Amino acid sequence: MPALPLDEAGKYVAAAYIVFLALILIYVAIMAVRLARIQQDIRELAEIVEDREAGAPAREPHALPEEHARS
Amino acid sequence: MRAAVGALVRKDLRAELRNLEAVPAMTLFVVSTFVLFHFGLDRDTLSGSLASGVLWVTLLLAAVLGMNRLFVTEREQGGFDAFLVAPVDRTAMFVAKALVLFAFLVVLEVVAVAAFSVLLLGPGLGQALPGLVLVLLLADAGLAVIGTLVGALAVQTRARDLIVPLLALPLCVPLLIAAAEATAPLLAEGGGGAPEGRWLLVLALYDVVFGLLAYAVFDFLLED
Amino acid sequence: MLGRGLKSFSIASTLLVVAALGLTFFYAPLDADQGFIQKIFYLHVPLAIVALGGFVTGGIHGIKFLRSGDRRQDLRSYVAIHMSLIFGVGALLTGSIWARAAWGHWWLWDEPTLVSFLVVFLLYACYQPLRFSIEDPERQARYAAVFAVTAGAFVPLNFLAVRMAESLVHPRTLSSTDNLPGPMALTFLVAVIAMIVLFTTLVKYELAAKSTRMQLGRLKRRLSGEAPSAPLTTRRSAAPQNL
Repeated sequence: MPALPLDEAGKYVAAAYIVFLALILIYVAIMAVRLARIQQDIRELAEIVEDREAGAPAREPHALPEEHARS
Repeated sequence: MRAAVGALVRKDLRAELRNLEAVPAMTLFVVSTFVLFHFGLDRDTLSGSLASGVLWVTLLLAAVLGMNRLFVTEREQGGFDAFLVAPVDRTAMFVAKALVLFAFLVVLEVVAVAAFSVLLLGPGLGQALPGLVLVLLLADAGLAVIGTLVGALAVQTRARDLIVPLLALPLCVPLLIAAAEATAPLLAEGGGGAPEGRWLLVLALYDVVFGLLAYAVFDFLLED
Repeated sequence: MLGRGLKSFSIASTLLVVAALGLTFFYAPLDADQGFIQKIFYLHVPLAIVALGGFVTGGIHGIKFLRSGDRRQDLRSYVAIHMSLIFGVGALLTGSIWARAAWGHWWLWDEPTLVSFLVVFLLYACYQPLRFSIEDPERQARYAAVFAVTAGAFVPLNFLAVRMAESLVHPRTLSSTDNLPGPMALTFLVAVIAMIVLFTTLVKYELAAKSTRMQLGRLKRRLSGEAPSAPLTTRRSAAPQNL
């Protein structure tokens, strides 16, 4: 088959490179979702630590209802 | 170790002779598939690379049936645990199961090749037979190794019957390529030629590489 | 923490990928037979090579895991194979586009890279279902490693066999990497190196993310008083959950 003229060929080449770019960008999106989940985890950790520090000076046996309800 | 292998092989062969499950099923499958090919291809006789391809794909699929059954009794009747307790090198189970599968395949192929030459093959087999036997033996060794490895891997999973063909078929592709290419000149129109040396070499290489690999790795599948 | 050197690798891969793209479109000469379409070659073949290399790397990490029992090797094996599958999808898609553009068909049986790639891909597509179907995490890691090792040994053998089979009947191929003229060879080399560095960057990225999540999970459990080695979720998972 003879080589396609440039405007035809250009579309196929562009399609191939777009596939490559799309795969990378999809990965970026997945990572963004993961990052959001990590931020959520850190927020929960911060709350646990706050509860601890609030509970320590009061010196009460401190049940942590939030964690048990969440997990 | 040899005693353990012998004992295991004898147990399995005796069980097969008594129950007659795997080998008759594989044989029936092969013959039925030849009939399917007759209708599917709408041909009375085949020769050359077409015949070679039909024969080998059929044998491969039948081998997968055998692989599925290989470890089932161990799994269902606790044979794995009993084996692990025994003071025996664990690779004995690998060698034993591979030998059993090899034996099943050889018996299968005696019937399959005979059926093939009657039902579908155009040219006569006479001259080609020694070459064909060589290719069959080499390929069977590879199928036995892959089958034992995949069978052991799959028997502990939940979707056992599905996983075996999915894993085994791609793994057997080089085997199929080499065996089909080697057999094609044997089944050519006008009396057989000889198989090309390099395909036999590929088969042998495949057998050696996967044999050693499976031997090394099989232990890890049996740990608890 | 896994995934060291992530920053340097990501900078390196940016530079290399940009360089490769620049060379592809501004430096490499136009191919005599295929014209502009041949530019896909600089994308498709590196994708395929790196994916295959990634599969073999997954096998090597599998061996290391079986020998040492270090769960981090299992995680590395999992991520390498996972990433190679994605790169593999890319290789198959770009290969198909190239085949369509150059020969008019969406698939070519006489292109050995493409064909052996399909077989390898079909095999590795079973990796995650296999892991998912084994519940016990110890056993899952072990069986996955056995699979990774077997499949890793399979890759070169398969490539050899398919190449031998195809070269008999169909001498013409899309991507003969032998006798490439100078500028094309240089572009190709840079493209391959760029792809390798990109792959490594993404793998490190993934490893860093996973190990961060695992450490966070452990910290959370420690702070709230649960057992530290409880799994992250109660659902079954194909990925390693704990190190």
